[in-house]
Amino acid sequence: MSERPYDTQSDVRTAAGAQAGLGMRATAAACPDGQATHDQGDIGAAHALELRGLAVGHGARALVSDIDLVVDPGEVVALIGPNGSGKTTILHTVAGQLRPLAGSVELFGHELASLTGTERARTMAALFTDRPRTDLLTCQDIVEAGRHPYTGSLGILSDEDHRRVREAMEATDTWALRDRDFAHMSDGQRQRALIARALCQEPRVLLLDEPTSYLDIRSQVDMLQLLRAWARERGMAVLASLHEIDLAQKAADRIACVRDGHIMFQGTPDEVFTSDVIPVLYDLDSTSYDPFFGGVELARPEGEPQVFVIAGGGAGATIFRALQRQGIPFAAGVLHRHDIDGLLASHLAVKSVFEDDFEPVGEDALRRAADALRSCRAVICPLESFGALNARNAELLDAARDAGIPVVRDIEQLGRVLKLGRTASND
Amino acid sequence: MPGSARARHRSKPDAGQLRPAADPQGSAATKARRGGLSRHTRVLVVDVALAIVLVALMALSVCLGSVGATPAEVLGAILSGPTDATLSQVIWQIRLPRVLTSAILGGALSLSGFLLQTFFNNPIADPYVLGISSGARMAVALVMIALLGSSNILTPWGSVAAALVGSLATMGIVLLLARRVRTQSMLIIAGIMVGYVCSAATNFLIAFADDQDIVNLQSWTQGSFSGASWSDLAVIVIAVAVMSVVVFALSKPLGAYQLGETYAQSVGVDVRRLRILIVLVSSLLSACVTAFAGPISFVGIAAPHLARLAVGSSRPLVVTPACFLAGSVFCCGCDLLARMLFSPVELSVSAVTAVFGAPVVIALMLRRKGYR
Repeated sequence: MSERPYDTQSDVRTAAGAQAGLGMRATAAACPDGQATHDQGDIGAAHALELRGLAVGHGARALVSDIDLVVDPGEVVALIGPNGSGKTTILHTVAGQLRPLAGSVELFGHELASLTGTERARTMAALFTDRPRTDLLTCQDIVEAGRHPYTGSLGILSDEDHRRVREAMEATDTWALRDRDFAHMSDGQRQRALIARALCQEPRVLLLDEPTSYLDIRSQVDMLQLLRAWARERGMAVLASLHEIDLAQKAADRIACVRDGHIMFQGTPDEVFTSDVIPVLYDLDSTSYDPFFGGVELARPEGEPQVFVIAGGGAGATIFRALQRQGIPFAAGVLHRHDIDGLLASHLAVKSVFEDDFEPVGEDALRRAADALRSCRAVICPLESFGALNARNAELLDAARDAGIPVVRDIEQLGRVLKLGRTASND
Repeated sequence: MPGSARARHRSKPDAGQLRPAADPQGSAATKARRGGLSRHTRVLVVDVALAIVLVALMALSVCLGSVGATPAEVLGAILSGPTDATLSQVIWQIRLPRVLTSAILGGALSLSGFLLQTFFNNPIADPYVLGISSGARMAVALVMIALLGSSNILTPWGSVAAALVGSLATMGIVLLLARRVRTQSMLIIAGIMVGYVCSAATNFLIAFADDQDIVNLQSWTQGSFSGASWSDLAVIVIAVAVMSVVVFALSKPLGAYQLGETYAQSVGVDVRRLRILIVLVSSLLSACVTAFAGPISFVGIAAPHLARLAVGSSRPLVVTPACFLAGSVFCCGCDLLARMLFSPVELSVSAVTAVFGAPVVIALMLRRKGYR
């Protein structure tokens, strides 16, 4: 039934879904196999992970304190913040590798320190940024290490263990690499193998420290989709630190912003990814972050505008960026404020002339645009034709002609015009 | 539970015979299983081969020597038990204890090296290079000279205890240094320096000891199995057997530790306890060797490495037996060469192990040049 590789994958997914469904009905019922000591009702009620008044740090001084954070089953929570803000230290503490300096970490309602190593490892897996340096160990050997909490005293794997290993390796697309020497794999392949190692540990809480940092863009997307799918289907709680804030915005249910020794802000992506929070968190110029694009722009060239761009509907975006790269200050108009060119111009143009959204370009805006245009040395108009809403932008072309300002269609032509202008003025 | 029952059903086609013909994935799995089987077979073949070579070397060592005898005569002497005949005396009092000692201590040295390599995640760590053997030797020399003055004799257990104290003290110093230096090569250099200091101190002690003692002490400080006796052997067998079982039982946490401390911790290993155990066991193993044979170079690096290469994996569960056997073969063979090469002049066994071991170490360093 499964000639195509994807069929097996969806097979695994549905099987997982069925199991997760069982788990939902009685999360605790699965526990007697795993954690015999746990009180069942207790586990069903508690959060997957709860940090209360937690202070973390190496040594006696707290790096981050007063951390209150809850992660529920099936939820993906991202930690974001500048380098050195303490995201990794928080994860190391939650993983039980550093002692909390104050406060508590609870795993399904149980104080972390009260669990044995095996109990903890059967509930929570972690992946940090340090890479194992191995010799003569295959990819599969590395993944199998994740079954450690389930195997007997000599660590020999049962059929069930092998099945889990294969499932995790197929999900991370590493099954084909299973006999490769781990030391000779690429960073991206190793990262996927290490994630498989964490997944085959059957964690109900997964801690990840920058899981996407060694991966190319495609693998980043695959990885986050995989995590979301496992979180949704198996009720796995994920706490991950992420450097790629655009990915955090898209993949996380909630975001906690770490800065200056505390959780500066936490909330849903809508609440966090605004021009109020992100620029403060990362010390960005407030104009360079765009919550719509989820990314940052490099600083705009400052000075008197040299070039006027008549744009709209996305036609100007590449020109704006090209001018920004060449360091030529420019003005743009007349644009609608939330048109893609309008959004970008508000970051990159020295001066932008806006008309209200969905209104045709009016007299007032046109006059301001024409004023700005007359002080420029050239005009770029990439548009072939104008539509109903920006019909009057055509009048800007007339204004340029009247003022004797050259009008060009693209950046290449602009370069020739500006060079001519420069030699002319030198003479 | 219905869910898990279904899961078990699901897993059947994966593991069983239903799919292979139709499904490329299934045939891949079969191949992997065959691969897994051949991997186990390979380990078994390596272990058996090493055991055969070891037995052959031991037989050869017992037969060869300044007192010539045919294999049949030797076998007869062994089977008839110790008697007053010269051949029987030579075999029972000199050759047999020496051969057994070299085999067992070689294995111990190899295991100790394997533990230290895992501990420091450094392929060229072993008790000799890290100065631990030299520290143990210094402690034993100190105790010996102090006791000789008061005309007491150092018992086998006493010398193991002294060597253990010396090993642990040196290990402590190396660990302190290792916390400061982060690179692998610096750790080795620090260990070698500690070893030099301890050797120098030992030489001072010997210089101030009575002439009579020096003869014994000299040959022992060079590394040699020549002084082996049955009473020593009893101690060696007990200590090494217990420690080897402990190392084998530690296979599982050691395997997790190979991936790094944070990973070991995240799968539930008590890393602190494991580290203490590794230090204790490796120190005790090297203490045993040093107490009875002096410092022996490079076996602790070369034998585990050759064992790993032969087995094709560094998983502790499959490496430890091969590791012990490889160390036994290495030491037994080197001791045979040390005795026979320029007979009747006997070389120090450490000189022979260095000739064979150092090239292996150099090869390792070249292979790992990317590591710093």
